[in-house]
Amino acid sequence: MSNFWSAWIIVLTLGLLFVLIWLLRWNMKNYTDIDEGQEMDHEFDGIVEVNNPLPKWWTYLFWACFAWGFVYLALYPGLGKFDGLLGWKSSNQDVQSLAESRAAMKASQDDGSIVQYDREVRDAEEEFGPIFEAYAKTPIPELIKNEDALEVGQRLFLQNCSQCHGSNAMGGRGFPNLTDDDWLYGGTPHDIKTTLLNGRQGNMPAWGEQFSDQEITELANYVASLSGRERDPELVAAGKKNFAVCSACHGPNGKGNQQLGAPNLTDNVWLYGGSIATIEETLHYGRNGVMPAWKDILGEDKIHVVSAYIYSLSHDE
Amino acid sequence: MSRVKHEFVEKNLGWLSVLMIIAVSIGGLVEITPLLFQSQVQEPVKGLKPYTALQLEGRDIYMREGCSNCHSQMIRPFRAETERYGHYSLAGESVWDHPFLWGSKRTGPDLARVGGRYSDDWHYVHLMNPRNVVPESNMPAFPWLAENTLDGAYTAKKMEALRTLGVPYTDEDIAGAKEAVQGKTEMQALIAYLQSLGTALKRADNE
Repeated sequence: MSNFWSAWIIVLTLGLLFVLIWLLRWNMKNYTDIDEGQEMDHEFDGIVEVNNPLPKWWTYLFWACFAWGFVYLALYPGLGKFDGLLGWKSSNQDVQSLAESRAAMKASQDDGSIVQYDREVRDAEEEFGPIFEAYAKTPIPELIKNEDALEVGQRLFLQNCSQCHGSNAMGGRGFPNLTDDDWLYGGTPHDIKTTLLNGRQGNMPAWGEQFSDQEITELANYVASLSGRERDPELVAAGKKNFAVCSACHGPNGKGNQQLGAPNLTDNVWLYGGSIATIEETLHYGRNGVMPAWKDILGEDKIHVVSAYIYSLSHDE
Repeated sequence: MSRVKHEFVEKNLGWLSVLMIIAVSIGGLVEITPLLFQSQVQEPVKGLKPYTALQLEGRDIYMREGCSNCHSQMIRPFRAETERYGHYSLAGESVWDHPFLWGSKRTGPDLARVGGRYSDDWHYVHLMNPRNVVPESNMPAFPWLAENTLDGAYTAKKMEALRTLGVPYTDEDIAGAKEAVQGKTEMQALIAYLQSLGTALKRADNE
């Protein structure tokens, strides 16, 4: 803030306060020669003005407000560049990036200055930090025996994950069911945690250009037959010939590849739907499901607890 | 004698108006005017990028559909908010928003940092019918967005107007604006806009 605007604020603020004090004092004296409670020769439509002073309780309140105003302006930032005697701030507003914000928070927490938000965070960390730290040190297969941890994990899940995966974690079209122990990218505690931390990017290419509609129908029938469904043997046999390109990701027997997130095509679990029309659509246009990365939003300790909750859904002992 | 002074203000409408205007404008003069000249609210944060042509069109759809009637774009510096939405909003993130869409009503959640939080697919399903992914949602559905296509007739002009307000669009940005949005659906534009929200602070770290 420039000196000009600082002075502008100070002059206007203090000036107004002093003007109001003068105004109040001016109004407390009886300048008329009429006594209190007497009529003032001012009558309109039968209504008579009486010389009444300002109520005492009201003027005392007014004086108290002035006193409060000066104390406030001395303690808190209100007068231009003057930070106030307490050095209070609501938050670090002059940061440019998350890294700078973290550094500013650490600085204010270390030197004890009063940044209200930073103190709030520090207090919360003192209270909850040790709990999450203890959870983070417990391996996930252990942690799922801890009811409290699972409850924390469930709340975090409902807050952050349920929008896609549903509040019962059973997913929806395009959003995987997390309760069935069928995993695109692997279901070990480590795999789940990696998925949450860094996100995933599905990459089923579109084959509408390479294959004719007939070939896509044949392929769809072959894919459906992999789960043991009864399909026209001719279409299945024709589709099998073109499956070689699919096997690059889904494997020669269609069992999928969790390194790539290529689904197992033999288990009759369908992310986008298992009807022939839907499989055709998948083949024709491809699918690019995205799991966002949560590392920056939740942080590793909380992700550990959410991972435990998700792991517990299919490992209920 | 003082009765005369008092009567002067009470009975002279012109002077009464002037004194009233002075009285009510002091608050604004002290609290608002200096802010307009402060660097904090004029300089963009490090990672801030102007909206692309498509995002800009999406922003206009956001305004048209009245999204800001239910969604704020302003995370306040309270832990209860930052735990849910992310880092509190900074003035430097909105310097190129004309007008800003901070809003003041939260029937739905704050969207200041919704960018990257959900996938494009999710936004599509959710905008077509929110209850398909969030059964308890009371947000209206916006299925027509997927049918309406953009022609980009005014995109370049909008960008030029914003440039006069200080948004650093280059000549190439403006020349390519029409091509960038033509034929895209309103849905694509809105999703592009939503995915850009609040990503500047993180981008500054990665650059």
